[in-house]
Amino acid sequence: MSDDTVLTLAGVAVEYGRRGQRVRAVDGVDLTVGRGEIVGLVGESGCGKSSLARAGVGLEPLAAGAVTFEGKPVTALGRRRRPEYLRGLQMVFQDPYESLNPRRKVGEIIADGVTLGGGSHADGRARAAELLDRVGLPATATDSYPHEFSGGQRQRIAIARTLAAGPSCLIADEPISALDASAQAQIANLLGELVADARLGLVLVSHDLSVVRQVAHRVAVMYLGRIVEIGDTETVWGSPQHPYTEALVAAIPQADGAGVLPADLPGDVPDPASPPSGCRFHPRCPIAEDSCRELDQQLAPVAGREIACQVRATVKASP
Amino acid sequence: MNELLRVEHLSVALPTRSGYHKAVDDLSFAVDAGEIMGIAGESGSGKTITALSLFGLLPPGARVTGSIRLDGTDLTALSPRQLRDVRGRQLAMVSQDPATALHPILPVGTQLTEHMRHHLGIDKAEARLRAAALLETVRIPDPERALRAYPGQFSGGMRQRIAIAVALAAEPRLLVADEPTTALDVTVQAGILRLLDRLCRERGMAVIVITHDLGVMSATAGRLAVMYAGRLAEAGPTSGLLTRPRHPYTRGLLDALPHPGAQGEGTAPLVAIGGSPPSLGRVPDGCPFHPRCKYAEASCAAERPEPVPVAAGHLLACPPDPLRVSVS
Repeated sequence: MSDDTVLTLAGVAVEYGRRGQRVRAVDGVDLTVGRGEIVGLVGESGCGKSSLARAGVGLEPLAAGAVTFEGKPVTALGRRRRPEYLRGLQMVFQDPYESLNPRRKVGEIIADGVTLGGGSHADGRARAAELLDRVGLPATATDSYPHEFSGGQRQRIAIARTLAAGPSCLIADEPISALDASAQAQIANLLGELVADARLGLVLVSHDLSVVRQVAHRVAVMYLGRIVEIGDTETVWGSPQHPYTEALVAAIPQADGAGVLPADLPGDVPDPASPPSGCRFHPRCPIAEDSCRELDQQLAPVAGREIACQVRATVKASP
Repeated sequence: MNELLRVEHLSVALPTRSGYHKAVDDLSFAVDAGEIMGIAGESGSGKTITALSLFGLLPPGARVTGSIRLDGTDLTALSPRQLRDVRGRQLAMVSQDPATALHPILPVGTQLTEHMRHHLGIDKAEARLRAAALLETVRIPDPERALRAYPGQFSGGMRQRIAIAVALAAEPRLLVADEPTTALDVTVQAGILRLLDRLCRERGMAVIVITHDLGVMSATAGRLAVMYAGRLAEAGPTSGLLTRPRHPYTRGLLDALPHPGAQGEGTAPLVAIGGSPPSLGRVPDGCPFHPRCKYAEASCAAERPEPVPVAAGHLLACPPDPLRVSVS
């Protein structure tokens, strides 16, 4: 784990209204991100990872808990101007086809980050060229429009734009899933380099477990609004302890030419509006016991990481 | 195995503002009944255009040469009306996006039974029974209720399973699955890959899986064709191609994958292929991959390599063959 913490999420809950009822998409999540650290956030769609990411930068109001960036509170975006100190907390969005204004030149898009921070237009232009170079695009790209670039190049532009604000923490919501295979590797590497060079904190949300495994230092596995396993990537991936993490890892098809079909996890993620009682994973869990129906699971340390599974925790505690 | 589909010297030229450009260039392959064949490549490699050409669903103005024979019948020579009967009855397609494959305001049952009744000539009650059985096959809980529901009421994974059920409704002999699981979670993907595998074994259906995910290929496809810029780069048995790739592009695709056994996780960068695939009409002379190839020689820029057999069932379009294992 890294020395100093840049972003802290404590007991974070996010709710949405749906047909008069409150749906809890994120239900009490604790997470910290250190400088120079990549925290991967994985889970099936509907598990609340994107809601958590958005709450982390203040794009969603919190139903409970608090988010702290460099010791100051992250307030939800509203009518009021976003506090100056939050400029260092930036988000990279999934789809670089939609997150860039098609009517503005790349140079202008990036320079905004500088001028909004009080820099002059000349500063903005100079910085835009510099940042494009940093993300591996020619400085001449400043005079082009977003449509002139491929998906991978657009995502580089979107990253350069967030860097213009001089961030110390980035939250990237599926930054590579809209890209081509080779572009995915390029963008994943770029994010890794930026984190290492500028000592940024990075929350990497992805449903692509392989990429998270390769670049993240720590990984948090979410299921239905809660973290079920969290720890060092190598530890978690090498020997997953929570049955859900086991199922996720076993479901990844390996390009080893062995022709082995990946293991199946039957069923779908339940509706978060009416989550199962007790352990939320119990209806799909291969090792569920009767007590799992009633007992709410808490994260507890097991084998060098934390898991929210009483059954496994008990087995490990009494060998 | 008996051969079901044979594509020979297929070229597809698409109209652009700067004239016609080949999206598929002299492609040949065959698929047997009961077999899963994979077509891999980045976007712009011509995978999807190849699939659409089987269905006669190319963009207006596209020029097709070569032949596509399904059981000996050349599909490129059929009239639109004749082709319509082949589509749906013999050929079916599952696309990447289940949200657009299904009609949003028709109940699932209608979408399943409509072409079943048209192609199989069965009555409504019979079609309804078969549709419910089909939903059960693709593991949709409570099929009777699902028949009355609308696509929007299902999750992405379930919608894709319904789209597969619709594609299977008229019992096609060849299913083309274009990135069938790319938009889905790994757990749902695992279920769908197992389903496709089972349907091939049980029904003798042939499947062409188109994806850039070599993990999916490894799990399902017996044979694999790797395309680059509309041309065949390498083709052969999947196990051989993934363990001993001979084409530098196949090798590059494999190197770009995160490696499960790699040491020092969280630190090892992925090895990306530099640059990006050429766009339509900007395909370089000679070997289309040579500007991105670290093994490129002078001759690669001059001559367009043809796929030639290098081992049993293994085709390679790379004359320098730098990855050949020297047997001493």
